Amino acid sequence: MAELYLSSSPHIHSGETTDKVMRAVIYSLLPACGVAIYFFGLPALLVLLTCTFGCVATEAICNRLFGSKLSIADGSAALTGILLALNMPPNSPWWLALLGAVIAIVVGKQVYGGLGYNPFNPALVARVVLLVSFPVHMTSWTTPSPLGSGIDAVTTATPLGEWKTAVMLTGKLPENFSAGMGDYFVGNMAGSLGEVSALALLLGAAYLFWKKIISWHVPLTFLLTVVVFSGLFWLVDPSRYPNPLFHLLTGGLILGVFFMATDMVTSPVTGKGMIIFGFGCGLVTVLIRLFGGYPEGVSFAILLMNAATPLIDRYTRPRVFGTLAEGKS
Amino acid sequence: MAMTNLKTFPGGLHPADNKQWTAAKPVETVPLPQELIIPLSQHIGAPAEACVEVGTLVKKGQVIGKAKGFVSVPVHASTSGEVVAVEPRLHPSGRSLPSVVIKPDGEDVWLENLPKADPATLDADQIKDRLRDAGIVGMGGATFPAHVKLSPPEEKPIDTLIINGVECEPYLTADHRLMLEEPEKVLQGVDILRRVLGVNNIYIGIEANKPDAIAVMSEKCAGSGVEVVPLEVKYPQGAEKQLILAITGREVPSGGLPMEVGVVVQNVGTTAAAADAIINGYPLIERNCTVTGSGINEQKNLRIKIGTPLQHLVDFCGGLNGDPAKLIMGGPMMGMTQLSLGVPATRGTSGLLIFRAGDIHVAEPGPCIRCARCVRACPAKLLPTTLAAYTRLNMFEEAEEYNAMDCIECGCCSYSCPSLIPLVQSLRHAKAAILEKRRKM
Amino acid sequence: MLAALALGFAAKKFAVEVDPRELAILELLPGANCGACGYPGCSGYAKMLAGGDKIAATCPPGGAAVMDKIANIMGFAPISADPKVAVVMCQGDNRKAKDKYIYLGLADCQAAQKVADGPKQCPGGCMGLGTCERVCPFGAIEMTPDNLAVISRKKCTGCGKCVASCPRDVIKLAPLDATTHVLCNSNDKGALVRKYCEVGCIACQICKKQAPEAYEIENFLAKVVYENYDQAPAAVEKCPTKCIRDFMTSYPEGSSFAEVMVPLKQKNEAA
Repeated sequence: MAELYLSSSPHIHSGETTDKVMRAVIYSLLPACGVAIYFFGLPALLVLLTCTFGCVATEAICNRLFGSKLSIADGSAALTGILLALNMPPNSPWWLALLGAVIAIVVGKQVYGGLGYNPFNPALVARVVLLVSFPVHMTSWTTPSPLGSGIDAVTTATPLGEWKTAVMLTGKLPENFSAGMGDYFVGNMAGSLGEVSALALLLGAAYLFWKKIISWHVPLTFLLTVVVFSGLFWLVDPSRYPNPLFHLLTGGLILGVFFMATDMVTSPVTGKGMIIFGFGCGLVTVLIRLFGGYPEGVSFAILLMNAATPLIDRYTRPRVFGTLAEGKS
Repeated sequence: MAMTNLKTFPGGLHPADNKQWTAAKPVETVPLPQELIIPLSQHIGAPAEACVEVGTLVKKGQVIGKAKGFVSVPVHASTSGEVVAVEPRLHPSGRSLPSVVIKPDGEDVWLENLPKADPATLDADQIKDRLRDAGIVGMGGATFPAHVKLSPPEEKPIDTLIINGVECEPYLTADHRLMLEEPEKVLQGVDILRRVLGVNNIYIGIEANKPDAIAVMSEKCAGSGVEVVPLEVKYPQGAEKQLILAITGREVPSGGLPMEVGVVVQNVGTTAAAADAIINGYPLIERNCTVTGSGINEQKNLRIKIGTPLQHLVDFCGGLNGDPAKLIMGGPMMGMTQLSLGVPATRGTSGLLIFRAGDIHVAEPGPCIRCARCVRACPAKLLPTTLAAYTRLNMFEEAEEYNAMDCIECGCCSYSCPSLIPLVQSLRHAKAAILEKRRKM
Repeated sequence: MLAALALGFAAKKFAVEVDPRELAILELLPGANCGACGYPGCSGYAKMLAGGDKIAATCPPGGAAVMDKIANIMGFAPISADPKVAVVMCQGDNRKAKDKYIYLGLADCQAAQKVADGPKQCPGGCMGLGTCERVCPFGAIEMTPDNLAVISRKKCTGCGKCVASCPRDVIKLAPLDATTHVLCNSNDKGALVRKYCEVGCIACQICKKQAPEAYEIENFLAKVVYENYDQAPAAVEKCPTKCIRDFMTSYPEGSSFAEVMVPLKQKNEAA
């Protein structure tokens, strides 16, 4: 008889493993990557490849330097790379993308001890570090130039940026403001690689819901909070504040809601905690968009709530079976 | 499907049940083995004390180990024959523990003057004494002496009896077959338990994946005041506290026993064994057991004698299919791995599950990615990953504060962890450390 | 600014009077909070000493030097702390000693011990899952590449935390002076030990014949009689299974600890 295995129970497993989870999230981002390449062409592809391979290579180098086990097979580094790329402007220079990848893995992840120990979403850490260090590079947007369309990409502003500038200068919404909702939905606008196509992102999100990798708690509360708060302001002064649909479809909201805020490592573990987290993200996003210096606030909102996650977890412990809620006897 | 109306509890999960291999197979009686190894420790509580010696000729049903203390039961010879050894033998716990080894004479003769009785002529205390003398223990796997469970202190009035026919462990079908083949015996047992407790609310909980058992039991129960409750198929539906919540809506308080909410739960196997003990005077020397898994040639439901070496069961089931990688006594979620097939089946052996290398996950645990699957699955509503982290850092006070002692060790957390972290083992470790600390204080 | 002032004020106003001797003692202590003294941490120990009238418990990690200084501060009669060191009484690493099964699960000796009494077939052998290494407050324990715990005689302070953490009682405290040990913890008969371990004691009596005063054999296991430890090295070379080791010469195979220690007594004589 061959040698027997002994262990503490249970002796069966669901079969779902970390690398499978990471791979599923990567698959879910492929439509968005495809749309980005379609609208922004070769530069977008270069940013994607640089970020992804940059992250994987940095992770491998860190593993070596820190003497830890090679962890690139779990797919988390590649996922960080793709998420980072989707947060970069399409015409980012290669060195900026590479720098972002190194920052994401080293500062965002490995200094804390690698996967599972990082308090902040690594891709967002990199994006924000780049944004404050290279504001010009990180905010120079181009118009989409679909493959084969022959249209040259020209420098322009994102819809959110356009609105912010208009409001600052004139105190009013720009002319022809609500014209582009359909374009915004499919992604025919200026922005980061992954900000542009709500459609492609929603497709990926649907896949994640179907695979039960993300739950409704964070995305739904995040979106609802954005809609409610931006809606309130819109109702008060529609000539100054854009309508909620504009908020939903532009900027990094959809990407942030479904792919960044739902990052398991950096969001709460309890249902109640996730709801608080989603609400906080939505509130901070609207406040920054409407009153902050930056046109976009999703990244900052999520990072801020990442920091609050341990606290949220602490105060949203579930009621243990057989114990009564405090105050009752 | 009417699934959504079925009663259940929050949390839990749906492992593949793999009962199709044996669910339709009638129980077969296993012939006598060459040697029966009967451990003196087959129940929770003090082990029995051997009262036979090498050379003693014993009859089937004869006491070979006497109970020591209230939380203890005697052990009986499973057949007639000669005692050939009283010595430590390999026990399902993985240790060598005192056992009585009997060489069967092949006659299988019962002891004379078995204490047969009409339950109606016995009062509650007489029934409890007889159950104890017959060695009746919880046959769902916990092996807690039945007479102790049936003796709640006076200040804890019992108004409900729940018969546990859930069998939520994947692979196992022993209780399922018992309900299908011997429903009358189960009901006789229910009557006996009802007499002891003096209760009128009686439920039999059965998971909805056994519609035939639900139909048979419902038909037999008609007009008896016993209600058959179909339950949602979800693990661990058969865990005592989860079952009570599902059926009665009552939540057993943290650290408490079912009697705190006026409930006693007994397994269907125990209930049938109680009927045999009182009506026929048979002690607990046989039980139903499912032998299954990819590592066995013919998966079967068996009627086995306590003390039968597992090898004998394997031989009766057509032998091993390939090299076994794991031998599990009980179900795959809470069963115990075994060192060898030389170990005997005991009163708690509800199944023998044999896995091959392809059935088990051999991988290094990874870091927790805080995916919260364990948190969602935990039926006790704990934070398994937080508790495991405290355990890793030897922070047992914090673990206690996070309710580690409320863990029911069902294994849902480990089953669902994508990083393959042995969460429930961490919790067991923490619980042991906390108990150790409490003992010292 | 205001807040800082308020804090400073509060710190002054609510400051607790502390016995200066307690602070002086606390400064002398190693600060590992190992609990070997039986009090909650070094501060608890210092408080007890400052409030008492004799040295009620010793600080094994601090050793004689610290105890003398404490006695000096408090004006107590000096007591001699017998320096001890923890020794892993096993050399059966994964290559030399057999396992009875393949263990899957939590990498912790106490957890593994609950699964059929642990994977190592020898009931007294080191399982090598590193529980002692993790509890050691002084970083004195290493796991060799073949999973054997080895304790540095230089770093170990004899606090005994590892002894308490080992589910198989493989680790024992022994006088620091005694450098020769029978590194086996199996009470099985020799024939059985041979089956599962290459370096186990088979109770062959050769050591006892070589140095009768220095060895005793009990339950099929030889032990060094520490009162006569100076005679023990004579048997090291004669042991057929090489389970007797003089740490003066070398540490068990695979250990990175290579320093040769001069026994304490000789050191004292030299000084």
